[in-house]
Amino acid sequence: MDVERSLDAAFSALADPTRRAILARLALGEATVTELAEPFAMTQPAISQHLKVLEAAGLIVPRVQGTRRPRRLVKAGIQGMDQWLARMQKALEKNYDRLDQVLATAEAHKKGKTR
Amino acid sequence: MSKLTLKTEGDTHLVVTRRFAAPPEAVYRAHTDPELLQKWLLGPEGWSMPVCINEARPGGRIRYEWTNGKGGGFYVTGEFLELDPFRRMVHIERMHLPDPTPDNHVETTFDADGMGTLMTMRMTLPDAQTRAAMLATGMEHGMEASYSRLESML
Repeated sequence: MDVERSLDAAFSALADPTRRAILARLALGEATVTELAEPFAMTQPAISQHLKVLEAAGLIVPRVQGTRRPRRLVKAGIQGMDQWLARMQKALEKNYDRLDQVLATAEAHKKGKTR
Repeated sequence: MSKLTLKTEGDTHLVVTRRFAAPPEAVYRAHTDPELLQKWLLGPEGWSMPVCINEARPGGRIRYEWTNGKGGGFYVTGEFLELDPFRRMVHIERMHLPDPTPDNHVETTFDADGMGTLMTMRMTLPDAQTRAAMLATGMEHGMEASYSRLESML
């Protein structure tokens, strides 16, 4: 999958609150479909559908363990908490760079008034 | 060099620090004046905040609504708990996506730092899982910003 397409798939996969919650749960460690379905008012087939989307986006993988197939996060897909922190930092930086501008404008305005 | 730091602390905290080249009064005002908030608290490129309610007094309401102008959007509601003008504010907030996320307890302090301000925002989430979910949401927004940057390069 090329970079643009995989970014697109990961972005769509994350555009759903249930799937984000599933990823958050898996960030804490491997889990089975039953365990993942527990906190949601959803059937296992509905959860399985979400897992399929996350798998297709390369964010999670199943592991065969007898009849169970516990899922875990893909390290390359999501570099754990560190990468989440880095992404969130980027989003916050945009806000605060704008705030720098707002403060600079307010300061210039004040100086203009006192002159 | 980035002026912003973002760190996890224990299982349930997130701590953000940022320095500003303006006195604490001005930075505090930019966090409590709706007209100013609408100019900077916007997230990724292309988003705006058409609704901004910020009643900066104990018990006062907070409501921020964001839209990307293409049918996408979400909102945050909250309440102020404590305000010590120009120095410190404590509030709780939750995101509606549209289901509300668990409450995020946020303490923000504004300390004079030379000619400027050191802002420290300490968020406390109810548990590790909620904190991870919040970071995942931040990741989504970061990804959207990256994606629009990628688009502008093509």
